[in-house]
Amino acid sequence: MRSNYLFPESARFYEHSLRLYERLGRELDFNIMFSQRGMLTLAHSRHDLESQRRWANAMRLNGVDSELLDTDEVAELVPALDCSPSARLPVMGGFIQKRGGTVRHDAVAWGYARAADALGVDIIQNCEVTGFELSSGGAHTVKTTRGTIGADRIGLATAGHTTTLADMLGFRLPMTSYALQAFVSEPLKPVLDTVVLSPACGVYVSQSDKGELVVGGGLDLYASYAQRGNLPTVEQTLRGLLTLFPSFSRLRMLRQWAGIVDVVADSTPVLGRSPIPNVFLNCGWGTGGFKAIPAGGWCFAHTIAKNEAHPLTAAFGLDRFARGALIDEAAASGIAH
Amino acid sequence: MSGGSRREFATGIDISRALRFRFNNRSYVGHPGDTLASALLANGVQLLARSFKYHRPRGILAAGAEEPNAIVQLGTGEAAEPNLKATEIELFDGLVARSVNCWPSPSFDLRSAYQLAAPLMGAGFYYKTFMWPDWHLFEGPIRRAAGLGIAPQDPDPDRYIHKYAACDVLVVGGGPAGLASAWEAAEAGLDVILAEIDFRLGGSSLWRGERNEAERLEAALRAHANVRVLTRTNVFGYYDHNALVAVEKLDGEGARQRLWKFRAKRVVLATGAIERPLVFANNDRPGVMLASAAQSYLRRWGILHGRQIVVFTNNNSAYEAATSFVEAGADVTIIDVRPRAKIPDIAAVRVLPGHVVKAVVGRRAANGVTIGALDGGQTFTLQCDLVLMSGGWSPTVHLFSQSGGSLRFDEATQSFIPNRAVQAVECVGAAAGELSGLDIEPLWEVPGPGPKFVDFANDVTAKDIGLAREHSFISVEHLKRYTTLGMGIDQGKTSNVNGLAIMGELTARAPGDVGTTKFRPPYTPVTFGALAGPLVGDLYRPVRYLPAHDWHAAHGAVFEEYGGWARPTAYPFPGETWEQAAQREAATARKGCVLLDASPLGKIEVVGKDAGTFLDRIYVGNASSLKVGSARYGLMLNENGIIIDDGVFVRLREDRYLVHTTSSGADRIAAMFDEWLQCEWTGLDVAILPTTTQWATLTVSGPDASEVIRETGTDIDLDDFPHMTFREGSVAQLSARVLRASFTGEASYEISVEASNATQLVGALERAGRPLLLMPMGIEALMILRTEKGFLHVGVDTDGTTLPGDVGMAGPIARKASDFIGRRSLLRQEALREDRLQLVGLQSHKGVLPVGAQVLRDRSVPGPSDGFVTSSYHSPTLDGPVALGLVRAGRSRIGERVKLYDMGEHHSAEIVDTVFFDKAGERLRA
Repeated sequence: MRSNYLFPESARFYEHSLRLYERLGRELDFNIMFSQRGMLTLAHSRHDLESQRRWANAMRLNGVDSELLDTDEVAELVPALDCSPSARLPVMGGFIQKRGGTVRHDAVAWGYARAADALGVDIIQNCEVTGFELSSGGAHTVKTTRGTIGADRIGLATAGHTTTLADMLGFRLPMTSYALQAFVSEPLKPVLDTVVLSPACGVYVSQSDKGELVVGGGLDLYASYAQRGNLPTVEQTLRGLLTLFPSFSRLRMLRQWAGIVDVVADSTPVLGRSPIPNVFLNCGWGTGGFKAIPAGGWCFAHTIAKNEAHPLTAAFGLDRFARGALIDEAAASGIAH
Repeated sequence: MSGGSRREFATGIDISRALRFRFNNRSYVGHPGDTLASALLANGVQLLARSFKYHRPRGILAAGAEEPNAIVQLGTGEAAEPNLKATEIELFDGLVARSVNCWPSPSFDLRSAYQLAAPLMGAGFYYKTFMWPDWHLFEGPIRRAAGLGIAPQDPDPDRYIHKYAACDVLVVGGGPAGLASAWEAAEAGLDVILAEIDFRLGGSSLWRGERNEAERLEAALRAHANVRVLTRTNVFGYYDHNALVAVEKLDGEGARQRLWKFRAKRVVLATGAIERPLVFANNDRPGVMLASAAQSYLRRWGILHGRQIVVFTNNNSAYEAATSFVEAGADVTIIDVRPRAKIPDIAAVRVLPGHVVKAVVGRRAANGVTIGALDGGQTFTLQCDLVLMSGGWSPTVHLFSQSGGSLRFDEATQSFIPNRAVQAVECVGAAAGELSGLDIEPLWEVPGPGPKFVDFANDVTAKDIGLAREHSFISVEHLKRYTTLGMGIDQGKTSNVNGLAIMGELTARAPGDVGTTKFRPPYTPVTFGALAGPLVGDLYRPVRYLPAHDWHAAHGAVFEEYGGWARPTAYPFPGETWEQAAQREAATARKGCVLLDASPLGKIEVVGKDAGTFLDRIYVGNASSLKVGSARYGLMLNENGIIIDDGVFVRLREDRYLVHTTSSGADRIAAMFDEWLQCEWTGLDVAILPTTTQWATLTVSGPDASEVIRETGTDIDLDDFPHMTFREGSVAQLSARVLRASFTGEASYEISVEASNATQLVGALERAGRPLLLMPMGIEALMILRTEKGFLHVGVDTDGTTLPGDVGMAGPIARKASDFIGRRSLLRQEALREDRLQLVGLQSHKGVLPVGAQVLRDRSVPGPSDGFVTSSYHSPTLDGPVALGLVRAGRSRIGERVKLYDMGEHHSAEIVDTVFFDKAGERLRA
């Protein structure tokens, strides 16, 4: 959870999301365990420091909190981190958004599901969409493994499999699906009190309230719909982790998982209309959609109901690829999504 | 204390030798062949852990990797290992271990009061509580209470290695079925690897007492030329294309663990089966154990740790354990849920058919059981000191399932067994569901009150599963996440099937319809260090050193990493800071002459009759019109028109170009060239030769540069060698390539020689330059010089949104007829906007601007940004600040004063041209 974005379009949207998250538990009457332990991004070179300075300044201009830390402050915050000058990835400083943190992901899904159900939404589980019936006015019939559903408007929110549905609907998206892995250690007594991200080695780590270290890295480097995940990516992620935290080497990996993420060229979501008039898109979240769920839902509902983009997501339409109006946070400053 | 009295029939220990060890600060003795668990049991230690959530007293449940209770911290200090199962630790002399998650000890644990709160802490209770006033108020204490072991604080002193192996047949599991399969394959002439997680081969034969055949096979296999036997080897992952991965624990001086990556033509999974507990009240008390585990401790380790034994079962397998204990002299009563007609006829064992154990009596140790008929009625209590249970068996299908194979629920054995394989794999023995004669009658939960544990590791009870049902978390994946069933340190090895079957009963579904959760690596937890292997720390993306590194070090260089290379930042004199040194070096470049090591500059040769055509498509400018022996500056774009690299390229011959990239772009651009050639432009006759590290490049720059080259000795005619041309010849009697191009704004000669001649060249240049006060110069001074000149540094003065027009380099595009990568994107609506960020100079009149400071549009923070500072230095030559920045519509705003913001401070500057020094560019052509 964070809203540490460079461009105003991203910052406004993700900040809205963060604020919605801050009250979501009470709103849904379901404890989502939003743990605002801070999100620290490490700088390993003077160039990193300069990029972080640009980024931190831009955030303040966007009205979002940001602080720059020097090496000693990072070392105090994260004692397990190797902050020695001779470290292979020397810590020159860092950038922190203190309101950032983690949320219990299942609780978000369940809290929403319960609240939606109470509002009269039918949630049909284990129900695979197998096709659409198209007419000149759009797609009004959804075929599924459990029968046919008629619909005036259809929203696609299927992450890594959005392209599969687009194929059924007869249009192509500028989007590639990859496996993204994460894993946890066995539960430990508190050893890491904040979320740490090192863009230089593409590793992030935090410790859950249960005591497990939660570790993630980059994508598996080939397109896939298979939710297995490969070993080399795990190895490479751990090499980075142990280079940053040499004392974590004797801990053990307990669980691993992989999910399919929908990656677009600029790593900014696609939220808005599709080439079919009554079908709406909520996809392209890549590796970073979870933090956007409340705002994404908010704006998607607006888009479907009013058949026009919400002001917060007006820049996220599919048309931006044709116009060249990409919002590329990662390329601009190495900010991970 | 002694090692406890052991039975002489123990198959697994060497009773003649003693091993001393300490557990929870007390000394004990065990024997070679013991695990920590068996040694503790032999010493009468039954209560050795507290449970994860409720801190209930716990003992040993199992004898292998499935153990959920007996979690310990092994060793101390930097070599400590948290969260090991006592059943997987091979005893050694001097071993030190302690219980985790209890204080001060497992028998007196201050957090044991959590048990009292247990009724309030059922499944999902976190989701319903702690919301008011705020979760953060409760989170701290919860975090401190959670977790098991303690992470070491210092770097791991041990090493880990990786090894690849290919074989015809990989047999996983060294029990009777695995040994037989390995032998059969070896005898057929196949190359076999046999991997066993235990430190002994034999599997179930070690506790069932059928040792003769296993010992014969083991001896034969160890002697067989085709067979490699690996013990202590945990095959934990099964990937595509029969790639399997295992971790082997090693002894002795070398590495601590070895990660094996197997590629097998065929895989045989002989991974056995895991016994299931029965679910009844207080079934987690110390002294309640799986029947097969107790049989192991008796037969393999010679430990009779109970005299009055109750065996509770729903199948025949526990009768074998019962018989063993009777033979060893214990008093045994079997409580069998099945009717009398199904009971096997075994003499000397008391059997109570049609009955169940309702509850265990005793808190810190079982000292009795309450027994009743399944269908209710009277209950009565039976004294005992050990309760054995068998709820049937679950074949160890983890790897089979990981391989993509499907499972099905087998009614006869009440277990999930392999169904359809999708890779070249077969299961044999118990792993295949060969559990003949089990005659099992399902009993997933004994009716009645009391805490009935399903998942011992995470304290999940049958009631929690009921709560999940009430809250509609009935899918097996929801059940897992809502109750944390199977997410503990034992990964649910003894609990998953019981849990899903209970959910099945609550929802009128057969276990097969509930199904299992997805099996994923690792089969058991694997050390991070082993997975990472040796490429950590200094070997993580190892830093590259310049071929003349030692020369630089001897000349006082301060090194920093730039694009993967250790390069001199500056060469400070004694008493000088590196910043002062950089100022001095930059000033010298403008007045005299400096020497810069530019070896990391990317060098890619592009060869073939279509080389010019290829580079025309790569560069914004023209390449094919370049004359042989001449050089040209070019920008490279990606498909979105974004600048990704720049540099000078040279035409060496009609069909051969030398492309220079930025040093951080060297690998990336070579890979990009290959991708275009191999995937898109397959018809072009072009080859790519990355040659960066074959050459050492020393740049001599400054007004005196040509004099230094002359003094060094060269056969190149320096009087006929203009800027942006290239010569081959000799310099300092070394075969050299010399390019005249400049990133300093001064006349420069980039001299490249074979990398191994780097030190010789730099020495010769140093000697020749001595009378001219030639000085080595680091990267920092180079950055000052190029900023004074407004020379672009890609990735610093550009970002992932910058187009050629934004940096004033759209000129060549209009003149170019042919297509190039990114051209189309330069015509998109967004590219044609007039308010794009453009590179300009920023003149501060009060000190150096901070890089990253934001240009304010309307003086307010928060408020809109109009750009930012990209490069900023103090110029020694101009004796004032120079800076570059990307500013909205910047080129049309030259002369305008702007306000800047930087982390709470305000600055101001005038927008100026990018070139601060020698606008006409006379000096570099000199």
